[in-house]
Amino acid sequence: MSRRIRPSQVLVYLALIVLAIIYLVPVYMTVITSLKPPAEINLATAWQPPTVLDWEGYATAWTQFAPKLKNSFVLAVTATLLSTFLGSLNGYVLSKWQFRGAHVVFPLIVFGMFIPYQSILIPLFQFLRKINLYGGITGLVVAHVVYGLPITTLLFRNFYAEIPNELVESSWMDGAGFFQIYKSLILPLSAPAFVVTVIWQFTQIWNEFLFAVTLTQPAAQPITVALANLAGGQAVQWNLPMAGSILAALPTVLVYILLGRYFIRGLLAGSLKG
Amino acid sequence: MKYQRDRIYAVLVLAPSLVLLAIFVYGFIAHTFITSTTDWGQGAALALEPELNFVGMQNYKALFTGFLDARFRQDLVNMLFFTVLFVGGSLVLGLSLAILLDQGIRGEGFFRTVFLFPMSLSFIVTGTVWRWVLQPRGGVNVLPTLIGLPPAAFLWTTSRQQILRFDWQKLPWYLALAGVVIFGLVAYHYWRIRRRRAAAIAGIPAAALLAWILSGAAYRLNAVLLPEPHGLNLALVGIVLAAMWQMSGYTMALFLAGLRGIPDELREAAKVDGCNRLQVYRFVELPLLKPVMLSAVIVLGHIALKAFDLIFAMAGPDNGATSVPAVLMYLTTFRGNQLAKGAAIATILLLMVSALIIPYMASTLRQRGAER
Repeated sequence: MSRRIRPSQVLVYLALIVLAIIYLVPVYMTVITSLKPPAEINLATAWQPPTVLDWEGYATAWTQFAPKLKNSFVLAVTATLLSTFLGSLNGYVLSKWQFRGAHVVFPLIVFGMFIPYQSILIPLFQFLRKINLYGGITGLVVAHVVYGLPITTLLFRNFYAEIPNELVESSWMDGAGFFQIYKSLILPLSAPAFVVTVIWQFTQIWNEFLFAVTLTQPAAQPITVALANLAGGQAVQWNLPMAGSILAALPTVLVYILLGRYFIRGLLAGSLKG
Repeated sequence: MKYQRDRIYAVLVLAPSLVLLAIFVYGFIAHTFITSTTDWGQGAALALEPELNFVGMQNYKALFTGFLDARFRQDLVNMLFFTVLFVGGSLVLGLSLAILLDQGIRGEGFFRTVFLFPMSLSFIVTGTVWRWVLQPRGGVNVLPTLIGLPPAAFLWTTSRQQILRFDWQKLPWYLALAGVVIFGLVAYHYWRIRRRRAAAIAGIPAAALLAWILSGAAYRLNAVLLPEPHGLNLALVGIVLAAMWQMSGYTMALFLAGLRGIPDELREAAKVDGCNRLQVYRFVELPLLKPVMLSAVIVLGHIALKAFDLIFAMAGPDNGATSVPAVLMYLTTFRGNQLAKGAAIATILLLMVSALIIPYMASTLRQRGAER
């Protein structure tokens, strides 16, 4: 970093700093409110930092939310691993074992990631009730795995398309079969695609709300539903939902800060332009 | 033969996913549509095998013209305004951020992180936080008091102000007018590039609609029995701001990737030709960003049409002023137990998202095919 700040750039820096402050305002308000004792939370003094740090909000949020956070973890980890693994296999077939009709099948798969889930919600709801999976985490995992397939398949197919076909062919000539090629050639090269897909899926599933609110009963609710219920109640002290928001946001924000590079890659791929 | 065997494996590996998606996406969409043509609701709504009667398009007709479903029409209007404001705002903000960050500045990584991190949050978290930031008697509104000014009075999501009002009863007239403008522009475009036949094909409906308007018949045709004003609810402004906060960083990342993809030789060549910095943006970079811009519009647009969680968390599902069809579908189905009507709303939502996504997918995949 040896670049000097040129005078003509002063305005650019000024604009960026002002914008950064504006973007951080909600973070500031969330953090200070979450650390105030309830008596100090007052609309008129909303901008002033707490006079004493009060962790009560976090303590209460934690006792209320710990089971919901656990639900979210179980849900997000299971559904992410399953949908990523299936997506990898699908991507391998679609990029290296082209069959007739593959160019019709692929767009039909990808379309599934754009649909508003309201349009499948009623049959899904009925179906899960019929097979006795309504209300629990398992049913939610099923939904997230199935509706995660389009994006995971897309990500892996685009990634595998970059692996030269000659590699696959020569490995096949050497006697390797379908599964052997996947295991010894494709999988070892797939680490970046797995990282991108796992991060993307984990973030999406952790943050998801529509399935969570319609397909689960209280015991199996993920954190997003619990937070929405808490904040929706009017009489609540604001330090609680603010502390709850931070707890709910922490896992995905940490993933973003630690692995941001891959996060952005998934994001850009999500716009179809692999 | 080994090759045959491997091909069978390939199909067998893909088959479960295909079957799942065929059922869970396409089968369920078909099921939702069929549901929307029945009278499933109220009494035995939650029965596993309810008795259904076919009612044709009645649910749709009720939504667009029925007296009791005025909320759906306002929700539709809310959705369109929300989409336009959110997509427009995010594009302008995202492009500005990308251009600022592209000036070879120090600390680019830090700024990028700040602008992009809201993207990693749940809309529920964003909604909860912004509900606090935009409290009518707190938050942003009391900011002026810190420097001794009176507090701002805008009520944000609890505002009931409405601007740009129009009468739903006269919808046929408005639609005809929109048709004249759209077909007219298309005809004009073809006329200019000297494709007379195409110009005529687009010109005929434009002229017909214009004649319909001028005859006064379009205005006399009423969509609903009583005058029914709808408009842009100012309560949406807060939702738009929160959504922009969350998604403009994504737009920035798209544009930044686009800007970085433009070869430096092009910029240099323009400078040699005497372009100043602004002109380089105007005549070299912006035109090259058009494909990125299109992707951004489509992705942001379909997110806006599907907006549900943010509105739910920030304003609550019962706030009519900020409601959209995605929220109304949830209320109608899971609180009102009117499953058939919920299915009809869902189908309308799917059609609108498809109208945006399918042409885009078709053109993207066709381009890809051509590259190979």
